[in-house]
Amino acid sequence: MSDARRTALGLLAAFAVAVAAAPLLPRWALFLVAVALGRGLVALGLLLLIRTGLVSFGQGLFFAVGAYAAGTAGSRLHVGDAVALVLLGAVAAAAVAGVLGLLLARYRTIFFAMLSLAFSMIAYGLLVESPALGSTDGFNVHPATVAGVPFAGRAEAYAPYLLALAVAAAAALALDRFQRTHLGRLAPAVRENELRVEYMGASVRNVVHLNLVIAAALAGAGGAVTALAVGHIDPEMAYWTTSGEFVFVTIVAGTSSVAAPFAGAILLELLRSYAVQHAPNTWQLVMGATMLGIILALPGGLWSIFTRRRGARP
Amino acid sequence: MSAILETEGLVKRFGAVAAADGISVRVEEGTVVGLIGGNGAGKTTFLNLVTGHLAPTSGTVRFEGRDITGLPSRRITRLGICRSFQIPQVFASLTARENLLVGLGIVAMGRGAFVGSGLGGEPPEEVADRVLDRFHLAAHRDRPAGVLPEGVRKLLDVAMALSVKPRILLLDEPTSGVSADEKFALMDLVLGAIREERVTVLFVEHDMELVRTCTERVLAFHEGRVIADGPPAAVLEAPEVRRLVVGEPGLREGAC
Ligand SMILES: Nc1ncnc2c1ncn2[C@@H]1O[C@H](COP(=O)(O)OP(=O)(O)OP(=O)(O)O)[C@@H](O)[C@H]1O
Ligand SMILES: [Mg+2]
Repeated sequence: MSDARRTALGLLAAFAVAVAAAPLLPRWALFLVAVALGRGLVALGLLLLIRTGLVSFGQGLFFAVGAYAAGTAGSRLHVGDAVALVLLGAVAAAAVAGVLGLLLARYRTIFFAMLSLAFSMIAYGLLVESPALGSTDGFNVHPATVAGVPFAGRAEAYAPYLLALAVAAAAALALDRFQRTHLGRLAPAVRENELRVEYMGASVRNVVHLNLVIAAALAGAGGAVTALAVGHIDPEMAYWTTSGEFVFVTIVAGTSSVAAPFAGAILLELLRSYAVQHAPNTWQLVMGATMLGIILALPGGLWSIFTRRRGARP
Repeated sequence: MSAILETEGLVKRFGAVAAADGISVRVEEGTVVGLIGGNGAGKTTFLNLVTGHLAPTSGTVRFEGRDITGLPSRRITRLGICRSFQIPQVFASLTARENLLVGLGIVAMGRGAFVGSGLGGEPPEEVADRVLDRFHLAAHRDRPAGVLPEGVRKLLDVAMALSVKPRILLLDEPTSGVSADEKFALMDLVLGAIREERVTVLFVEHDMELVRTCTERVLAFHEGRVIADGPPAAVLEAPEVRRLVVGEPGLREGAC
């Protein structure tokens, strides 16, 4: 079986199991998974950037753009359909990345990381200073509908969960496919040797720019999903600690599979809710210790547990 | 025969050093040309100028009659000028096959295909396997390029340049880092593959025996100038070449 097919079947199987499990899950778990998958989408975009050789410490910017675009369209323009709102969030974030990428695509390593961070801090500052968008408080998002059915009553818990699952599965599948195209294959080539990529006839800057836009679209979709699941958005989404968490999830999960960021995000949310309940003052300690343990024990990230075993098979 | 590549008064100064000091050469289509010169003679600089990696201080480069001076190297590559490197430039964590697929994929994209071959093209995967076979690299197909021995990486570097079907191929010391007894076998392999494709070749070489047997014309460089140009026997016997190039084995160190 080809890698592409194995990934596709794995994702579809995970999707089917998650949908079937919905009635068995308590409300808090449905909510937790929906929120985690929203963040996992951002991490999926970061995975693409890391495979291109870039680490962004400002993905919170695109996460927030997606959320604010979806939230604003819902309350001001009365767009109700959740899928349309998620697409809108993705497009808005991609458009912002299209512009910022003109500058970002020129930078690498720590300069790229710092520049992405700088943009996100400016965005945070602008959101905090925008009374029309609720300033520091943000605003509540209008309940959306899926296929005309509102997120209310019994559907209220299930709808965001199913929406997040569907968007996450579709995004993971699409990104996996993209990475197997001629264009997608240029990402690791750029990471390894930019000079040679140019000498094979492709523009490194265009490749980087494109991957920035794709990563931003994923972050924007994640922001929209999160906004619809939580029902509220605020500038915290663009804050640098949020961006830091996305990097945390991506590294801890590992970058060898498009499923890894989602697994990592769910794990982080579980860890967070556990720590907040049982050790509210040592949450940072738990996170730091986890990161340390994984870097020491599994430098390839959590997902490398699976790939390593598969590699060992004859 | 018409000139496929022509330079006129190419000058490149690095501060006080003139790495190219008025280089005017014509390369006829379909020929195999050797480029010799001692360390720091300006051979690599010349390739860098022709391929757009460096912009000349003055002078022009023409390819098939068209002025290509100052174009970025990706544009020049797409026109049909490809090169290999003195220090192999491969994608270390990608397998040998994936290394080839990068360039072949770019060619397929030029035909409008994002997967597969595009209209009228051959599937890149098949081309890659054939190139690996022809360069005796099949055994290394799925190994990361970073772990391959220097000589194999060198061959892969040349294979990458040739795989995208250039009109002219510029090779920077294809046999350096290869043991003495393997050099001729390697050049046979490279030139055999090249003849099949009817590509014009210009290669930088320090081994004079190899130059004598493998080329039909030789350019000798010294301090950024062409000091001799003609059939191998004549150039290698020229007193100036004997004094400044041949009699100066020297150390060979340096980057692309
Ligand atoms: N990027 C650069 N910056 C400054 N000086 C350079 C640069 N590239 C080359 N030079 C200088 O230009 C001269 C020619 O160098 P070049 O690399 O072209 O020589 P070469 O003929 O390829 O030598 P070798 O046989 O050692 O590879 C040398 O004096 C070198 O130090
Ligand atoms: Mg050189």
